[in-house]
Amino acid sequence: MIDMQALQTLAWTVLKIFIIIIPITLTVAYYTYAERKVIGYMQSRVGPNRVGPWGLLQPFADVFKLLFKEIILPANANRFLFYLAPVLTLGPALAAWAVVPFSDWMILADINASLLYVLALTSMGVYGIIVAGWASNSKYAFLGAMRSAAQIISYEIAMGFALVCVLIAAGDISLKGIVQAQQGGIFDWFWLPLLPMFVVYFISGVAETNRAPFDVAEGESEIVAGFHVEYAGAAFAVFFLAEYANMILISALTALLFAGGWLSPFENVPMLGNTMLATPGIGWFLAKTVFFMFMFLWFRATFPRYRYDQIMRLGWKVLIPLTIVWVVVAALMVLLGWIERGA
Amino acid sequence: MAEIRNYTMNFGPQHPAAHGVLRLILELDGETVVRADPHIGLLHRATEKLAESKPFNHSIGYMDRLDYVSMMCNEHAYVRAIEQLLGIDVPKRAQYIRTMFDEITRILNHLLWVGTNGLDLGAMTVFLYAFREREQLMDCYEAVSGARMHATYYRPGGVYRDLPQTMPKRLETRWTKGKDLRRVNAWREGSLLDFLQAFCDDFERRVDDYETLLTDNRIWKQRTVGIGVVAPERALQLGFTGPMLRGSGVQWDLRKHQPYACYDEVDFDIVLGVNGDCYDRYLVRIEEMRQSKRIIQQCILWLRQHPGPVMPKNFKVVPPTREEMKHDMEAMIHHFKLFTEGYIVPEGETYAAVEAPKGEFGCYLISDASNKPFRVHLRAPGFVHLSSMNEMLSGHMLADVPAMIGTQDIVLGEIDR
Repeated sequence: MIDMQALQTLAWTVLKIFIIIIPITLTVAYYTYAERKVIGYMQSRVGPNRVGPWGLLQPFADVFKLLFKEIILPANANRFLFYLAPVLTLGPALAAWAVVPFSDWMILADINASLLYVLALTSMGVYGIIVAGWASNSKYAFLGAMRSAAQIISYEIAMGFALVCVLIAAGDISLKGIVQAQQGGIFDWFWLPLLPMFVVYFISGVAETNRAPFDVAEGESEIVAGFHVEYAGAAFAVFFLAEYANMILISALTALLFAGGWLSPFENVPMLGNTMLATPGIGWFLAKTVFFMFMFLWFRATFPRYRYDQIMRLGWKVLIPLTIVWVVVAALMVLLGWIERGA
Repeated sequence: MAEIRNYTMNFGPQHPAAHGVLRLILELDGETVVRADPHIGLLHRATEKLAESKPFNHSIGYMDRLDYVSMMCNEHAYVRAIEQLLGIDVPKRAQYIRTMFDEITRILNHLLWVGTNGLDLGAMTVFLYAFREREQLMDCYEAVSGARMHATYYRPGGVYRDLPQTMPKRLETRWTKGKDLRRVNAWREGSLLDFLQAFCDDFERRVDDYETLLTDNRIWKQRTVGIGVVAPERALQLGFTGPMLRGSGVQWDLRKHQPYACYDEVDFDIVLGVNGDCYDRYLVRIEEMRQSKRIIQQCILWLRQHPGPVMPKNFKVVPPTREEMKHDMEAMIHHFKLFTEGYIVPEGETYAAVEAPKGEFGCYLISDASNKPFRVHLRAPGFVHLSSMNEMLSGHMLADVPAMIGTQDIVLGEIDR
């Protein structure tokens, strides 16, 4: 006998998953458009403007172009792993969204250890890259995979310790709890007491998503396109989708962990009272996420690329010691009552 | 335990950072380069051999295509070699025009260099900024010669024609109209010299922009300081010239030490580096752009005050005007002779070199008293610099390979010839 109740829950969950996945996919599409436009204007050119009004249909043109192209399997490549790799990259990038609270009730899976879950899934993405580099049977791809593996391991540690500081400050390990612990306006968010950690986390996030200036795994001018040099068509599109989904995820997480998520920056400003500006809501969360997404593009237009060993040095010799020190500092701040949990 | 072997990798010829069709066989120990073996010849067009089968003037256009980012400097070396054998005098105004366009070419080359070197190291914005300015200078090329790159503007005896009195304006397009169009045409109301004047006044600010992006950028410094260090003695032994040599701190500039054209009449400084690494060579090139701007400004001033001929009245070498041909039989004959068999260059051999943006570009010319060169050899700075690739690269990392190709500023067109 089929349990109608369970079936209904299942259908409802699948629906909710689609409600999250479809906007994310669309955001990715328009993030690529925004990237080209924003960087275009930063570089005194106009970016895409031919497909549709203001080039707004450009992402779809790109998607269709990629979908209709042949996926070329290189000679002597491992067929199974070659096709598996993009899936391995995209899966975690989307799965992590399950626990992201868009506002205090808009959340797919409100689990109590959601931060751990996110940390685990963002680390999973690198397997896709390593497998892709290995299965391609190309020296460039192989170098890209090796670089990526080393880089992600290093930055995962710094990122983890930065998150430990957030945990100490919030006294909670669920993303919802962390946001709720930041109540009280812009100066009560964790970016201020944990400022170095905020910077470290965002730098590690940029490094984890393989974006400029840490894009050594792709390394356009050195190893051509790194791990996905042999990928074409839809398989490449999946890597692309995963990269951008990860960037949006990191932006969203930064907004949640350090910038008060859906909370309003003007919560305790007396003049505003209970107007729109002072009330928390999904709008604030999206605005903050978009701001951090913009930072990714800004970095890309501004910085040269680090060399592989310099990235390692930055990670191990600068970021990790700093985070370890700040764990102690954060603990002291909580002990001395400088950080109020959910004031 | 299994024996660990080094890893051989093919860098190019189809590689985004190979600057054309350079092929490097890299032997890698992990990411460290043990040996770099440049393979050239993929752009070989037999320029020197082709020149032997054509009247002298026909090969000027080939010179543009050697180092295709410093076109007029290559022409300059070739026409100077011919002039030396012919023993003809070049009018002062033509000399100043050549000086000015050599410096425009230097800026063109260095702009492309700073852009592509930035791109090689991941800084993409400076590339587009540099190309914005390149566009303007390309327009100057177009205004005097009709071609944006392969100008064929210099001639033995002077230059093809005088500077235009009007600067061509941009036309209206779907994307540029109204206020935008007026903005892009703002400098183009007067003559070419007015346009260049406006460009020079604006250029200092533009170079400052590039420097803001790169010079004090921590990442940029990490990528270039201490990379590819060449000691001054070694740079001389390797036969370096141009910014590669000056970056190591050796004071050598043909414009000062063996002045040609009007370089002894204009005021400029030789830019020297100290450490001989990629960063110093970067600083040298940036400062050379500012110096070139200074020279151009002085040339503009002189050219404004001194109108005159740009070709000698020697009709054995220089074609007569159309008007003269209408009533002068001798002019008609000169014209016919020049455009059928060219001119005869006295027997002898000579070497003429100019300070091209990349270094000493020389032309060794032997004439056997015919209308074609007996032998032309072109000394390309890039070839000499590229032969030091292995020495400069050994011990560096894979990511430094594009930095090194960039800093040598090689163009395969002149290397393969």
